[in-house]
Amino acid sequence: MTPVVQAKGIVKRYGHVTAINHSDFELRPGEILAVIGDNGAGKSSIVKAICGATIPDEGEILIEGKPVSFSSPIEARDMGIEIVYQTLALSPALSIADNMFTGREIRKPGFLGKYLRMLDKPAMEKFAREKLTELGLMTVQSIKQPVETLSGGQRQGVAVARAAAFATKFIIMDEPTAALGVKESRKVLELIQDVKARGIPIILISHNMPHVFEVADRIHIHRLGKRLCTIDPKDYTMSDAVAFMTGAKEPPAQDAA
Amino acid sequence: MSETSGMGSKGQHYEQVLEGSDTRVAQFEVRNTTLLSRVQHILHNNPTFVPVIVLVISLLAFGLIAGGRFFSAFNLSLILQQVSIIGMLAAAQSLIILTAGIDLSVAAIMVLMSVIMGNLAVNLGVPSPLAILLGFAGGMAAGAMNGLLITKVKLPPFITTLGTWSIFFALNLWLSGAQSIRSQDIDDQAPFLKFFGNAFNIGGARITFGVILMVVIFVALWYMLNKTAWGRHVYAIGDDMEAAEMSGIRTERTLVSVYMLAGLVCAIAGWASIGRVGSISPQSFYEGNLQSITAVVIGGISLFGGRGSILGALFGALIVGVFQSGLRMAGVDVLWQVFAIGWLIIIAVAIDQWIRRVSA
Repeated sequence: MTPVVQAKGIVKRYGHVTAINHSDFELRPGEILAVIGDNGAGKSSIVKAICGATIPDEGEILIEGKPVSFSSPIEARDMGIEIVYQTLALSPALSIADNMFTGREIRKPGFLGKYLRMLDKPAMEKFAREKLTELGLMTVQSIKQPVETLSGGQRQGVAVARAAAFATKFIIMDEPTAALGVKESRKVLELIQDVKARGIPIILISHNMPHVFEVADRIHIHRLGKRLCTIDPKDYTMSDAVAFMTGAKEPPAQDAA
Repeated sequence: MSETSGMGSKGQHYEQVLEGSDTRVAQFEVRNTTLLSRVQHILHNNPTFVPVIVLVISLLAFGLIAGGRFFSAFNLSLILQQVSIIGMLAAAQSLIILTAGIDLSVAAIMVLMSVIMGNLAVNLGVPSPLAILLGFAGGMAAGAMNGLLITKVKLPPFITTLGTWSIFFALNLWLSGAQSIRSQDIDDQAPFLKFFGNAFNIGGARITFGVILMVVIFVALWYMLNKTAWGRHVYAIGDDMEAAEMSGIRTERTLVSVYMLAGLVCAIAGWASIGRVGSISPQSFYEGNLQSITAVVIGGISLFGGRGSILGALFGALIVGVFQSGLRMAGVDVLWQVFAIGWLIIIAVAIDQWIRRVSA
């Protein structure tokens, strides 16, 4: 099976600092791949290189077997790669529907849309409502409600629903449970499983070991700017993972997962 | 490969108790218990309510104080004429302030463009429509200069437009030789420049074309801001620039377009101002920058960006006009008019802060 993402020998330097040091990366179809690593290991750097947020100095990135070189996340997005940022990237004062369609709004058909560029708000609201319901997300009173009136978990839900609605290749999630309480984290983990069940692979960056071990199919461990190893969470314990991540223990042979 | 890591799909051990907990995770509870917080919510969702209420109350109050003269069709239409130019500047200013910026150069652009139109049409014999179009292009260029300095050189809008205010004002003095173009010369050479000074009468009210133009500008901008993707992006940028960028909005391009559109509106106001004032004076509207900000702020548009309706700026301009007219009719000294406007600004911003706290 062709990997969804395959990165080989990625290098990114900032002056004298090497953020990514000849790192590899692989995401397989339909899986949840967790990316873990100590602070400063460069796990977000490698993910940023994949989605066009940073442009690597060396190396090759293949998406579904085809080489790509994104110059911005907007280009990656046009290819069906969605990112759920840790900060969510929602506009608080705009409605749920407006937020879901930021940057890819639907215009009315005919003269109104073509020449007056009028938005088709009913269509956008209908679509947004469908997507939220599909993910079993919420009983929204009003899809026109500004996002700032939602709780943290609900906002996370809107961001995940937006990504799930438009992703055709894969979704990157950066610390989706970091800011949430126990109950809201649970809801988001269920959402992640739901998205996976629809066949969309997910790259999950997280510090939360229990969450990683619960949902991940494989775990990419990043250390000192490169992929140290990839493990199957069924074969190792959380303390093994932490030991690899921090260098307390030698990693297994590369073919382990 | 199994679904999860063998811990079961029910989650972590310590989370087992969650099964018994309330499952209505995502409902929107109504928590507005007190009347005051309910009012706060209504105002938060409808940012133009405050200026509309203030406008109605001030109209009634001055009607009582100054008597029937105040409510005459003639006086009310006179207020409209008096606010028309500042109203248009306030429309341009609203666009900028919605992006969390500020434009101190709006009136300077307006006067500079009216001087350019006048010089071309009256002194150089360029056909009036062409002179006006060149003025519009100049307004957009001036706006583009502001926008590019802010997005490409990454200067704060306040500093950028403080600088361009002086630059445009100096250019205006240079081009005009610090001389006004007399009304009579405009009538002889290029009467079309005064088009927006034309008026028609309805039942004692005198409506100038300039007043109509102001309303048309507000309606057009309201449409753009509320019914098009561009408008939603303007709000998103003012709300949270970084989030807007990350959610796929081309923020720099949108910001430059906002400043260019504001420059165009200022140039249109420059044309209209020739009809309103009669002559073209390089020294006119020197306080227009600050007056436009006053109208926007009183109109309930947040200086922090992303909140408020552009129609609020129209009501803000009208409130200032009503106060000035009403206090003058009541025989109050000009200095107390200025005093009252000052308090209006402070109260408007205080109310805005209070309304914003609703989400905190």
